[in-house]
Amino acid sequence: MGFPCVVYMGATDIERQAPNVARMRLLGAEVRSVTSGSQTLKDATNEAIRDWIANPVDTHYIIGSVVGPHPYPDLVARLQAVISEEMRKQLLEKTGSELPQFVVACVGGGSNAAGAFYHFLDEPSVRLIAVEAAGHGIHSGHSAATSVLGTPGIIHGSRTLLMQDEHGQITEPYSLSAGLDYPGIGPLHAYLGAVGRSEFIAITDDDALAAVSECSRLEGIIPALETAHALAALGQLGAGPDDVVVINLSGRGDKDLDTYLKNMDKLT
Amino acid sequence: MNNRIATAFASKTNLLNTYFTAGYPRLHDTIPLAKALVDAGADILEIGMPFSDPLADGPVIQGSSTVALANGMNLPVLFEQLKSLRAAVADTPVLLMGYLNPVMQFGAEAFLQQAAEVGVDGLILPDLPLDEYEETYHPLFQKYGLKAVFLITPQTSEERIRRLDALSEAFLYLVSGPGTTGGTTLPDAEVQQRYFERIAAMNLKNPRLIGFGIANKAGFDRACAHADGAIIGSALIQALQGVDDAPAAAGRFVQGIKQV
Repeated sequence: MGFPCVVYMGATDIERQAPNVARMRLLGAEVRSVTSGSQTLKDATNEAIRDWIANPVDTHYIIGSVVGPHPYPDLVARLQAVISEEMRKQLLEKTGSELPQFVVACVGGGSNAAGAFYHFLDEPSVRLIAVEAAGHGIHSGHSAATSVLGTPGIIHGSRTLLMQDEHGQITEPYSLSAGLDYPGIGPLHAYLGAVGRSEFIAITDDDALAAVSECSRLEGIIPALETAHALAALGQLGAGPDDVVVINLSGRGDKDLDTYLKNMDKLT
Repeated sequence: MNNRIATAFASKTNLLNTYFTAGYPRLHDTIPLAKALVDAGADILEIGMPFSDPLADGPVIQGSSTVALANGMNLPVLFEQLKSLRAAVADTPVLLMGYLNPVMQFGAEAFLQQAAEVGVDGLILPDLPLDEYEETYHPLFQKYGLKAVFLITPQTSEERIRRLDALSEAFLYLVSGPGTTGGTTLPDAEVQQRYFERIAAMNLKNPRLIGFGIANKAGFDRACAHADGAIIGSALIQALQGVDDAPAAAGRFVQGIKQV
């Protein structure tokens, strides 16, 4: 359509997700580096919103995650819902039932999880497992496990669970994975957790890297680092041998090869 | 309690409202800066409560907020400092400006109560949704005698402006054009002129101050031609960067704006 497309991305993420940056540039986007704060997703979102404040007439703000003010979380969740729509069709073909026992997805802001959970929300027999990044460990001070560390607060125009200090200043999250390195979760996920509809599991960097290795060797699929958190949760589900478990393989690992090469000792 | 904001607008024209970040450049500069600004001729003070992620602010106020937080500024420290506010600034109207999350964590009612106790007149919380204000905060503002200030931009609909005017008992904050605070790209002069004239023609009950991107005497004078005065923040903060005596620099800055 000929629209100019500007993407804000934290300087740290530009470095650790270089292939994604190259892809976006190849497709015609201008990628702007954000150097404020921890130079990751939260700060990039700040700058994108500031750009929109500065260009309210000729610019549309869009976001890929289920965070931010209404209607963005709703909009993104409905578009991502194609994931669970397809899951139900494929499950019927493969298992004879549209309903699995578990749906597992990683959560940073939570877009792929929102899409994977969407058409199962009203099916109470399906357990919805949201997997967060524990970084170096939930209580290590270097974590993004918002469901444990967060308290209700306001970030990017929505009220949700948020990692913050006692004075309401947002704390910098940490995860080796760029997509999970966010100090909040989408308000939908805060709600699902609060009412007990979803369950949270936190996975450390090291356990995610081990899952990268295992999935690569067993399946021949190199998963994204975010996705590897969901894979690593598999052993903690308490699933029986006959249970049907769907893990949302939300991304390929090509973009993370640089990180994997730097951490080869943890992959072998 | 007398309404210091109404009194200021009734007795003065071309009001200068100066914004500075509490705890910047040094933690205990807050009260000396307030006093220096008022002594030099500032008509209203807006004291910024620093926040880690100030979405409506440009690089200058982002920077002063980061420094203030690193200096140890937070709401309990600020309220402790503000106990000597009224002794320092007499009857000058004082507003607190900031983002909602720190207020929510402090506790909305406790916050409003303490603000009123130290002699604050009003609040500017740009990310407080209007519906939320009407349902939850408005009765509390009334209970503690605090005034709410709302922002209007060139894109704000007439219907919303009328609603804001009806809800406010202080002044309306006219954002000069699109952009965060301290913006350097000037909006199209003709577009801006039409915007100011459109608002002026609405016969609103509240006085109006123009802010965002007003950096010097020329900008201040131009704003005064279209409203009851102007708000200057980022340019003042810049004048405090790297100086030994921040209150003295603040005083000189105000004198430069207010000179006839």
